[in-house]
Amino acid sequence: MNAFSLFNYWIVIILMMAGFYTVIASGNLVKKIVGLNIFQTSVFIMYISMGKVIGGTAPIVTVNSELYSNPLPHVLILTAIVVAVATTALGLSLVIRIKEAYHSIEEDDILAISQREDEAE
Amino acid sequence: MISHHLPALQVVVPLMAAPLCFLLGRYRRLGWILSTLVSWLCLWIAVRLAFQVADGGQIQYAFGGWAPPWGIEYRVDQLNVLVLLIVSGIASVMFPYSWSSVQNEVDPEQQPLFFTCMLLCLAGLLGITITGDAFNLFVLLEISSLSTYTLISLGRDRRALTASFQYLIMGTIGATFILIGVGILYMLTGTLNMADLSDRIGEIGESRALQAGFGFLIVGIGLKLAMFPLHLWLPNAYAFAPSIVSAFIAATATKVAVYVMVRYLFTIFGHEFSFSAMYIHWLLIPVGLIAVLFTSIVAVFQRDIKRMLAYSSVAQIGYMLVGIGLVSTTGLTATLLHLFNHALMKGALFLSMGAVCYRLGNTLIDNMDGIGRQMPWTMGAFVAGGLSLIGVPLTVGFISKWYLILAALEKGWWPIAVIVVLGSLIAVIYVWRVVEAAYLHQRPDQSVTVVEAPASLLVPTWILVLANYYFGIDASFTTGFTSSAATTLFGAP
Amino acid sequence: MTGGTLILLALALPLSGVIGVSICRQNPNLREGFTLVVSMLLLLVVLQLLSLVMAGARPELILLEMLPGLELRFEIEPLGMLFATVAATLWPINSLYSIGYMRGNEESHQTRFYIFFAVAIAAAMGVAFAGNLVTLFVFYEVLTLSTFPLVAHKGNQMAMLGGRTYLGILLFTSIGLLLPAIVWTWTLAGTNNFIPGGILTGHIEGGAITLLALLFLFGIGKAALMPIHRWLPAAMVAPTPVSALLHAVAVVKAGVFSVVKVVVYIFGLDLIKQAPGADWLIWIACFTLIAASLIALRQDNLKKRLAYSTIGQLAYVVLGAVLLAPLSITGAALHIIAHAFGKITLFFAAGSIYTSCKKTEVSQLDGIGRRMPYTMTAFSIGALSMIGIPPTAGFISKWYLLMGAFQAQQLAAVAVIIASTLLNASYFIPVIYAAWFKRESSEAMLTYGEAPWPVVTALCMTAGLTVLLFFFPGIPFELIQQIST
Repeated sequence: MNAFSLFNYWIVIILMMAGFYTVIASGNLVKKIVGLNIFQTSVFIMYISMGKVIGGTAPIVTVNSELYSNPLPHVLILTAIVVAVATTALGLSLVIRIKEAYHSIEEDDILAISQREDEAE
Repeated sequence: MISHHLPALQVVVPLMAAPLCFLLGRYRRLGWILSTLVSWLCLWIAVRLAFQVADGGQIQYAFGGWAPPWGIEYRVDQLNVLVLLIVSGIASVMFPYSWSSVQNEVDPEQQPLFFTCMLLCLAGLLGITITGDAFNLFVLLEISSLSTYTLISLGRDRRALTASFQYLIMGTIGATFILIGVGILYMLTGTLNMADLSDRIGEIGESRALQAGFGFLIVGIGLKLAMFPLHLWLPNAYAFAPSIVSAFIAATATKVAVYVMVRYLFTIFGHEFSFSAMYIHWLLIPVGLIAVLFTSIVAVFQRDIKRMLAYSSVAQIGYMLVGIGLVSTTGLTATLLHLFNHALMKGALFLSMGAVCYRLGNTLIDNMDGIGRQMPWTMGAFVAGGLSLIGVPLTVGFISKWYLILAALEKGWWPIAVIVVLGSLIAVIYVWRVVEAAYLHQRPDQSVTVVEAPASLLVPTWILVLANYYFGIDASFTTGFTSSAATTLFGAP
Repeated sequence: MTGGTLILLALALPLSGVIGVSICRQNPNLREGFTLVVSMLLLLVVLQLLSLVMAGARPELILLEMLPGLELRFEIEPLGMLFATVAATLWPINSLYSIGYMRGNEESHQTRFYIFFAVAIAAAMGVAFAGNLVTLFVFYEVLTLSTFPLVAHKGNQMAMLGGRTYLGILLFTSIGLLLPAIVWTWTLAGTNNFIPGGILTGHIEGGAITLLALLFLFGIGKAALMPIHRWLPAAMVAPTPVSALLHAVAVVKAGVFSVVKVVVYIFGLDLIKQAPGADWLIWIACFTLIAASLIALRQDNLKKRLAYSTIGQLAYVVLGAVLLAPLSITGAALHIIAHAFGKITLFFAAGSIYTSCKKTEVSQLDGIGRRMPYTMTAFSIGALSMIGIPPTAGFISKWYLLMGAFQAQQLAAVAVIIASTLLNASYFIPVIYAAWFKRESSEAMLTYGEAPWPVVTALCMTAGLTVLLFFFPGIPFELIQQIST
């Protein structure tokens, strides 16, 4: 087993870190959502990769194959993808509402306004 | 026939009622009545389950007839039936309360959506508790979380939107961490069924991957339960959400997350791995103690009482983590007791603040001068709940503190007992600020006169307050349940 | 009626007063009449119990079980009976006094006043009859919380600050020190019942005994040992009947009573004697004794002076307990009664003066004896009792304390008791002298006489009791004999 055989997992890690970094470092709310998406996608790839059985075929019962990939992680991740879509939709709709309320989607601006409101109370 | 399917119905009923509630659309009152009835039905189911568990031990239910470990299994034991009782009990008190409160705080157009989300959230929380499948737990966690984000964003203040957004980001990161952890466990064991996982993890022995999975899960769950440095989303979320939402999630959501933590540490990983191999208590105890001290002190300086209660919640979670970290049956009993008891006290406190918000429009302490005379029942409930939060005898708070101090002294770790006590003393300060404002300050002349909150708000509040005293005076039910659950989790003595 | 029923009745009667008072809030006469009737009934019940206990019975009642093994349990032993009798005797007298005082000074929120007063009495009964530490703690806390509205009664800035100090110190010490001490005791002994001879013997040794004793001693903040005495002067912002009953009788006595009870029934005298540094407990009490008297000397405000005097007098009781000699325990128990009657008389007198002429400072009292002869006679009797001059109750208790100090061979303690007696004399005698022999200052040409009759009647009764106790100390003696045997 060489480092390249774990290619999928390297991709997972790279995507995960890129996404995670974007969520934390970006001040733009839309970019945060995009980062979150990348972060989640990396996990999807991880699940899909783990289902692969070396030498196995697609899990469809045929006569000329005995070894199948594990379909369960793929099915699981379908559910997770649905959840991620819902999260993204909710997040983006919140961004729209925030834009209406604050006229900005930059975290710094919003924070400044919020702080003023906190103090005005 | 029905009684056989109760575990499934516990989740399916609210889940199915949610879209129905949405379809009722502009018949808002009907939607509310439906959700209230559903919450009562859930409580009834939970009580039935509790009796079944008390009679015959664990209940196993294979969803759709697919035998575990392939199918999803629902499993009810003494630990989670307690949490089911908490969640459904709190829901059945709070849903009746919600109507008046929501009329005042949520736009009428959004109200059908509101009740739908409440039901979804309820379904999610009950599902997390009852399921015996690690992946199913993740899905239900996301159902409850997504509905919670929506509910928080319905608050009137525009800061509710940013609070909700912040929670969404943090919550999703937490959930994804859990997902990664579950994935790693699946890779190692090839199963998602909790009981099965527990068996197979025991066979693996030392493994780097297992440790990584453990780490991901603890951080993920830690985010969900607002473990100390990961709690930053919580205060704003509780402060700006509609009052009933703050009350509901404060009393249930974090409790369920603590349950998940206990479930993972004890049932799935097993206490030997969690504590003897991973030394997780060396994380939980310091983090818990810092939470108790730090967030209690922060709570003293809050001007918004809802936010004050939110910080206090983080501190209370600290107590629960310390209880887990003591690694003894008494400590775990203290945690489980506090799980139950804290739901009662915070529920009562948040509901009384909801009633204040109903009349005053906000819960700033500056506006509460002298309202003790104008809203005697509401503030009476706050004082009674506050005494419980402090841990005055005859309240549930006393019972939990008693067990926690007992557990600490049993181990001979008296500094923990000192900090627990210190935490209660700080609670005296922040509760007393409100009491002083409400009773001892004069109501300013130019301020609006307020009258007592309507009975629809007061009755549920007082039900919870009385529960605080009932279970504080006769704690045999709760202690019996929790201590036998704790003993089971540690394996037979 | 059986003992258990009587105990329940003793707790329930004051609480029925709460209901009655709140129902009759529209009609002041009915309301106060109700309080008086209930307080008389309570006295009857307590006297019944007293006769039972004198006959050697130990009535017992288990109200409920909070946790397995953790019960709300009542069991009357002689010491608690003594405390309950004192509190129950003084409640009717105090109610009478309150009527005169509250009306005479046109205080607001009188209904609230009577309600919380009744709750406080119920709590004091609970403390007196407590059969284990947890029950004691429960009622101790109820007493703290129910007296807070009484202390902060006036609702102004002063009252609020006073109330905050009061509640703050009492709650902090009880939750912060007393509760851990109780849990500790529980983990050590596996029980928390009060059992003659103590429950800790064989479970704890060495420095831990001293530490636990200190936790109890300071955790029971109501005993007002220095440096946690600050709440007592702060509580003087309360109306005088509150100061009188609660801060000369119920609250502070609950404190010292708890100390004595813990020493006798939890530790047992022999155990503490083994503790290294047990002498330090004596020194803490001695220090408080002297320091409080010195501070009292410098107070011009009459109630403040009385408050510091109380701190000193409480230290006598604590000293009696920690001297660990049978005679000194007798002295401590006697002093609880003697001080209760004497100090309540003094407070009544202070309130009487305030009601009739609004004077609060010692320096204003020149020649007041001729204006208010009854009040000042009673005051003088109370003061003599505080100093310990016959024919007053204070003489007997101090006598026993002194004998106890000799018995324990603590000559330093003997010296301290004598020194503090001199100090007591030096802050009370000038007041008496000024009241009777100095000439009234010319500016005070206002005409005023005695306070309203309920006030005067009440203070004459307590002064009478102070003297009676000197001549007839039989009942308390018999009770206390039962403790030491």
